[in-house]
Amino acid sequence: MQTQEYTLKEMMAIMATREIKDGDIVFAGTGISMLAATAAKNINAPNSVIFFETGAIDSKIEELPLAVADPRVMYWSASNTGLLEAFSSMQNRITGDKVIAILGAAQIDIYGNLNTTAIGDYHSPDIRFSGSGGGCDVASFVPRCIAFMQHEKRKFVKKLDYLTSPGQLQGKGSRIESGLRPGGVNVVITNMGVLRVDKELGELYLDLYYPGVTIKEILDNMQFSVDVTKAKMAEPPKDFELNMLRETCDPQRLILG
Amino acid sequence: METANNKVMTIEDAVKRFMCDGHHISIGGFTLNRNPMAAVYEIIRQGYKKLHVYAHSNGTGIDELIGAGCVDKLEIAYAGNGKTAATCIRFRQAVQNGILKVEDYSNFMMSLRFLAGAMGVPFMPTLSGIGSDITTKWGFSKQMRHEDPKMADEKLLIIDNPFGEWGEASKVVLVPAISPDITFIHVQKADTMGTCRIEGLTFADVEQARASKNVVVTCEELVEPDELRNFPEHNQIPFLHVSAVCHVPFGGYPTAVYRHYDYDSKFLRAYAAAAKVDDKFKAFQDMYIYSVKNHSELLKLIGKEQLDSIKADPRTGYASNMMRG
Repeated sequence: MQTQEYTLKEMMAIMATREIKDGDIVFAGTGISMLAATAAKNINAPNSVIFFETGAIDSKIEELPLAVADPRVMYWSASNTGLLEAFSSMQNRITGDKVIAILGAAQIDIYGNLNTTAIGDYHSPDIRFSGSGGGCDVASFVPRCIAFMQHEKRKFVKKLDYLTSPGQLQGKGSRIESGLRPGGVNVVITNMGVLRVDKELGELYLDLYYPGVTIKEILDNMQFSVDVTKAKMAEPPKDFELNMLRETCDPQRLILG
Repeated sequence: METANNKVMTIEDAVKRFMCDGHHISIGGFTLNRNPMAAVYEIIRQGYKKLHVYAHSNGTGIDELIGAGCVDKLEIAYAGNGKTAATCIRFRQAVQNGILKVEDYSNFMMSLRFLAGAMGVPFMPTLSGIGSDITTKWGFSKQMRHEDPKMADEKLLIIDNPFGEWGEASKVVLVPAISPDITFIHVQKADTMGTCRIEGLTFADVEQARASKNVVVTCEELVEPDELRNFPEHNQIPFLHVSAVCHVPFGGYPTAVYRHYDYDSKFLRAYAAAAKVDDKFKAFQDMYIYSVKNHSELLKLIGKEQLDSIKADPRTGYASNMMRG
């Protein structure tokens, strides 16, 4: 049942939790991605495992970590190891194929490639960002990645200023031809809707738009056009999902604001 | 590398003895956790310049070094500091102003590069980064690389899998080894010979230490070797990699040290606010680095009340219910 008002941030977090299946290994970054991973475990995927690139596995998240190296990821984990072990577990198909990653970016293109490095010329950037971190690694290795994006023209761009984390590269079969394994971003969750990568074309299409948002608004906020013929309205967050998100996952509203 | 029985010295002496202008260095920890901050502050205080720094993901330590003008070249995967600075502020400014040369890699690539250095092999392979600009755009020119004997001529190489399709890969990325002149790490416990016991995540500290010609360890607790020999399987770094051991309680402050103290959100927020404005940043580093003689004077300036507020809860290993908003 849905009776409560909700914010777009809450909607985004809930849309991400619905992508996570029971038994998934969830690679979480910071901010809203960590909140979504925590929420999934509490709402719909109790046997999902939260996995941090720093090496903490299945941590007991009593308080929301504000970084992947926050000591809150170290408490009651199955093991506290290091970066080599964490990334090896994603590069290795035995465990890597079970991983779903949640990423963010400054720019995304129609092929789901991400830029988290720089705006402008790489050698003399207008804006410099943090860089890949583990983003390039995980987008190279694992079969499913969620990208969290603000739906803005300057973020959904025709051409990335820097390709940090590979998606479908130039679309169609180009990712596989390049030598990468199948994977990269396959779903994009924004403050307006949800886009998915078409497997054949290797391009984004609009899958869901949020109540109160029009398809035109979504397209107006992108530099490129996408197929909208399959788009339908998203189901808003249910009361129990919202209550869990607010009361259990982020009571201090550190991420929800 | 040093096998002497007693390597205990002050961090001031260790920095003086092992640091040089232009050194290639790495620091341990990850963003806002277990950075060797007492060492970082001492490097800044002693005024070393033109450093070449290697990091995977770093925040607090790297940004202080860059802000103080110590760093010319940086090879890194991620420069951010949790909620207070999604991108490190002085890092961003230095890159945008063209005063810091950066070579971008991924976290796994940087970790593998330390591992290659530790193993004594020229490179390690990975399947990460094919098709990305990490492989095509170079921060350091060929000529820069050629002129520095401590740098490989290539940022990385992509080759056909020499084993055919074995291992389900058609191509592999080779990333070159790193052997820093010196690595600084901060640990919970070390003995007088230099053996280290890290609690919580080790990040890539172990590989960084094993790849380095010299390693300076600062520790919360300094103990006699016998204490760590009881459970050798709990120790990650044996003494033979370590050149100096310095007893510096709160030596990771303001970053977190698991089971000892949390990160200081208040300090990191104040840092981020100051870092945005040149004059304010200079005043900030003057106050907390240059105008104090050493780390214990910095801690006095921070005050007991503040340090008590970040003290770790023995159950969780962090400061439970600390206000972080």
